[in-house]
Amino acid sequence: MLLIPCPWCGPRDEAEFHYGGQAHVAYPENPAALSDEEWARYLFFRDNPKGLFAERWSHTAGCRRWFNAVRDTATNEIHAVYRVGEPRPVSA
Amino acid sequence: MTGQPYRREGATGTTLRFRFDGRDYEGLEGDTLASALLANGVRAVASSIKLGRPRGVYAAGCEEPNALVQIEEPFPEPMLTATTVELYDGLVAVGLPGQGRLADRPDPARYDAVHAHCDVLVVGAGPAGIAAAGVAARAGARVILADERPEPGGSLLGTTETLDGGPGREWAAGEVAALAALPEVRVLRRTTVLGHYDDNYVIAVERRTNHLGAAAPAHVARERVWRIRAKRVVLATGGHERFVAFAGNDLPGVMLAGAARTYVNHHRVLPGRRAVVFTTNDSAYAAALDLADAGVEIAAVVDVRRAPGETWAARCAERGVELLTGHVVAAAEGEGEVSSVRVAPREGGRAREIPADLLLVSGGWTPVVHLFSQAGGTLRYDEALGAFTPGETRQAVEAAGFARGVRTLRECLEDGARAGRCALAAAGFPLPAGDGASGTSLPAAEEEPAAAPAEHLWLVEADDYSAHFVDLQRDVTVADVLRAVGAGLSSVEHVKRYTTAGTAHDQGKTSGLLTSGVVAHALGVDVAQLGTTTFRAPYTPVSFAALAGRDRGPLHDPVRVTSMHEWHVARGALFENVGQWKRPWYYPRPGEDMEAAVLRECAAVRRNVGAMDASTLGKIDVIGPDAPVFLDRLYTNMMSTLKVGSIRYGVMCRADGMVFDDGTVIRLADDHYLVTTTTGNAAAVLDWMEEWLQTEWPDLRVHCTSVTEQWATVALAGPRSREVLAGLAPGLAVDNDSFPFMTWRDAEVAGIPARVCRISFSGELAYEINVSSWYGLALWEAVMASGEVTPYGTETMHVLRAEKGYPIVGQDTDGTVTPQDLGMEWIVSKKKADFVGKRSFSRPDTSRPDRKHLVGLLPEDPGVLLPEGAHLVATSELPEPPVPTLGFVTSSYRSAALGRTFALALVSGGRERIGERLYAPVGADLVPVTVTSHVLYDPEGARRDG
Repeated sequence: MLLIPCPWCGPRDEAEFHYGGQAHVAYPENPAALSDEEWARYLFFRDNPKGLFAERWSHTAGCRRWFNAVRDTATNEIHAVYRVGEPRPVSA
Repeated sequence: MTGQPYRREGATGTTLRFRFDGRDYEGLEGDTLASALLANGVRAVASSIKLGRPRGVYAAGCEEPNALVQIEEPFPEPMLTATTVELYDGLVAVGLPGQGRLADRPDPARYDAVHAHCDVLVVGAGPAGIAAAGVAARAGARVILADERPEPGGSLLGTTETLDGGPGREWAAGEVAALAALPEVRVLRRTTVLGHYDDNYVIAVERRTNHLGAAAPAHVARERVWRIRAKRVVLATGGHERFVAFAGNDLPGVMLAGAARTYVNHHRVLPGRRAVVFTTNDSAYAAALDLADAGVEIAAVVDVRRAPGETWAARCAERGVELLTGHVVAAAEGEGEVSSVRVAPREGGRAREIPADLLLVSGGWTPVVHLFSQAGGTLRYDEALGAFTPGETRQAVEAAGFARGVRTLRECLEDGARAGRCALAAAGFPLPAGDGASGTSLPAAEEEPAAAPAEHLWLVEADDYSAHFVDLQRDVTVADVLRAVGAGLSSVEHVKRYTTAGTAHDQGKTSGLLTSGVVAHALGVDVAQLGTTTFRAPYTPVSFAALAGRDRGPLHDPVRVTSMHEWHVARGALFENVGQWKRPWYYPRPGEDMEAAVLRECAAVRRNVGAMDASTLGKIDVIGPDAPVFLDRLYTNMMSTLKVGSIRYGVMCRADGMVFDDGTVIRLADDHYLVTTTTGNAAAVLDWMEEWLQTEWPDLRVHCTSVTEQWATVALAGPRSREVLAGLAPGLAVDNDSFPFMTWRDAEVAGIPARVCRISFSGELAYEINVSSWYGLALWEAVMASGEVTPYGTETMHVLRAEKGYPIVGQDTDGTVTPQDLGMEWIVSKKKADFVGKRSFSRPDTSRPDRKHLVGLLPEDPGVLLPEGAHLVATSELPEPPVPTLGFVTSSYRSAALGRTFALALVSGGRERIGERLYAPVGADLVPVTVTSHVLYDPEGARRDG
């Protein structure tokens, strides 16, 4: 079980969190202007890298805040966490 | 020791009585079941799973592959190893034919769990583990020292090695007692670390009362799961001896050399009278000499090597023990147990039969790297050891002692101290003064003879490999492995799955590396390249009862009940689980079955008036100046235009356009709404709202609060509901003009401050009366006291709503259904620029004409009730498979109002099929049904105003 450093609460057990998939997939500014393919890409297509991956977590059983984490999917090592709205750290 | 013919002279301790396979025996305090059986000369303990061959005690610890037993009394326990069952008075056990059976009575014991944190967790209280724990503990770190055995000492328990001039076992006991007295140290005995997961999350099971038998105090948990998060973990897990594949290597009387040494030294038991020792390395010599000193005749030491350690050879000569170098054991022979050993020169030549009742085997020692590997560490092959040792790891872990391949006692102590210092430094503690690893006061160990290199022999070559066992517990032989390799399998993982080697109860502790060795031999490759199979938790078998702990029965999941619950219970309601809620299902009267009760309740609502406890509906307060904008974005229809005092039904979709939840939205003030959700989806809807607010629209000034448990709700439905409400709320104008459909009013109901909503989920004139949950029961009782109000449950609610074609999200929908599919085009706003899901309604997929639509079904025989989930086909006879399905039944009931059965179904192009006949395969029959509109009762909506 991961030990996830919530940027608001500090390190907590993974059981307190919900996973939210790939980070930085913004809801499109104007969905009506998108082609069917562009909209399908927003809905259904996500990266699945082996290695560093920016992803969303929610501290559901804690402060209930969403935040982002950069995790190495091969090792489960979390390289950075940052709050919603903050850019992905350059080093991670 | 008349009753224990193989007990050593001078053994002392309390005598314990036990029964095995129907015979009574005696053993001594401190025995395991295995040592007690050996003391009584019981050689065949169990039989093998596939071949039914007799099997005896092979090892002295958790690595035992053979001696599987089942405890019958005082409490049933399936599938234990005799080598790890501590003997107690009154134990009744039987040997197993490879697999156990579940108990036929419930387990009355308690099981529990503990969460713990520490700076340094040390796994294993052998020399290295104790040394590591000593360094860390004396520096003030929070230390947990866990060991699977009843007493500390690890390898010291089975040997005659001394420390500071005294028995090693006494040093271990004294040192661990001293550590346990430190305030930040916790010593866990009889505690097996089973799993090592990410970020040093470690699961261990402590056996607290198993060893006490019937004397176990009832208030103490039998087993306790420890969930430990450690800053650093020191793995001082020692090693397991492995055997060599030769003919008959499974016969009772064949035993690992180190295990025999443990039985002689620790348990004061002779595992036989006359022994042959077969070895590939020096370690078995100490066992041979200890056995000889205890009175076992050592007929020969058979060493595959030409050059064993000189000191050991000399010691054999001193005792007159014959040493056969460059020899192998070709076969262990005997009827049901070993009676002779066939020995032959390795390079060929005349074989010799040596009479013996015991054959000790050592194929070398394998470091226990299970936890290191589970935690993601890589392994590397140690050529000298002929085994895999810990390599790289990203975890905060140090391996120490033999687990890391360190050989001698002195080196293990030093390595443990080193690991302790590494752990301390990494956990942020200042290092104690001293010069590195020897900075602490380690006990002085004896000088050990210089070691001669071991030779890595996996199997003794023969023409017939059908009795050369590789995995004793799975009855896998060299012949099986060769067959796998012959079939083209070249990966040890594939061979494992093909042969089942390493998949038994013991998880291949003694056989895993041997399997790799035999595969490498067959392929002609190096075992270093071939590698081993992956190590996975649990390290040893664990009972489900321990893992479940207290989370069983009523404590398995929280139970939520409403404030009216006790009334429902008193009235004999049957309950339905909806999420964690207990909801009244129906209220049978004496003599009524479910069908009769539900028909009666339905009729009461349609003709008269009924009341349902609707408190479990999810309720979310949505407050803030941007609440109207927010709800407009989440619901498919418009909520910003809703007037204060009014109510609107709404549907929420996911971005893919599929229905996610539905409910009513009540506008309490310009900036304040109360949203209801389905009972089961309340938490998911709150999560959904918070996710959008935090991640996409942080600029919106809105707060969402769950108020589900703050409100109790009574749904009052039926043509006479207005009259009942008027009686309870004399101050409330209830006529249709003053209090129209889809509005709410604050009022006093039965003297209780209430919010009354005119909402209907049955199509009848209906109200939902909401009060503080403290007043829920009082309100319910007042409603019931008012006259002819029939209480009804969720089943009646389901029938009534289905008659009206109202879908239940999660029953009539499954995450692939749009509002349009449900016939609710009207709820999808055309005016709003966007809302979640809108763009998906113009995807080609959501406008396919063959999408499944919600329709009604009327079985042609009005008495036939279709099973929910039944599929629908177009033809009266089933064509050859695959049979194309047109859809399936989602809801099916008997209707009092229609006087017949009916169903709702999702049917491909269903609205275009209204009037068509379809067929539902039910068992062997094809039931003809007619497709209808999903609204079967009062389609013009004439009844809602009463």
